[in-house]
Amino acid sequence: MADNVTPRVRVPRDAAAGDTITIKTLISHPMESGQRKDSDGNTIPQSIINRFTCEFNGESVVEMILEPAISTNPFIEFQATVPESGTFAFTWYDDDGSIYEESKDIAVS
Amino acid sequence: MSFSRRETILMALGAAAATTLPMQARAAIEDAIAAFTDGAEPTEGGITLTAPEIAENGNTVPIEVSAPGAAAITILAADNPTPDVATFNFGPLAGAQAASTRMRLAGTQDVIAIARMNDGSFVQASQEVKVTIGGCGG
Repeated sequence: MADNVTPRVRVPRDAAAGDTITIKTLISHPMESGQRKDSDGNTIPQSIINRFTCEFNGESVVEMILEPAISTNPFIEFQATVPESGTFAFTWYDDDGSIYEESKDIAVS
Repeated sequence: MSFSRRETILMALGAAAATTLPMQARAAIEDAIAAFTDGAEPTEGGITLTAPEIAENGNTVPIEVSAPGAAAITILAADNPTPDVATFNFGPLAGAQAASTRMRLAGTQDVIAIARMNDGSFVQASQEVKVTIGGCGG
């Protein structure tokens, strides 16, 4: 359904142990709300990303449930605590069953 | 000034429609709040909702919520076709119980944020956002 879905994530390259860092994510996705109609008056079926999760070394940072009221190309910004070096895993779950993944490493000094 | 029978009936119908329509919208938002709080009454304070006062384009309205000590925060838009907007569940590694995103608004309305605190209580904040162009298509 959704073509050319590209996740983009911004995570600082390094941080001090216990620091709180800001993470910004953006994923290109039409987020079809199910409210719009095409030129023939037929409702365009809903097709959105319904869930987003961020984990650090397997431990949850944030989970977000998205509804049709989230804008096209969902942007999500949040804070994370980094106790040690490791990897952030970002996952987006599409209505059509697709899963988009992205990961970022961070070095903690 | 006198009204004919026809005018009187029309006015009565109009008044009835004007009172019932907003009530249906209210019911939807109250159901959405109750679904999140399990019927508990949220109190004011302890949560910050940052949204623009005037949003020119209802398709992308930047919004930020912050509630220190919250386990989850939900965002609702009272007059959208479906009031639910998003729910954040914060994990143990969340640096702050805060998040921002961009939402759609169908028109000028109240945006409501409700947080479930770690002790099980609920707090809420709301702000009116004026929308020049609605964001739900048509």
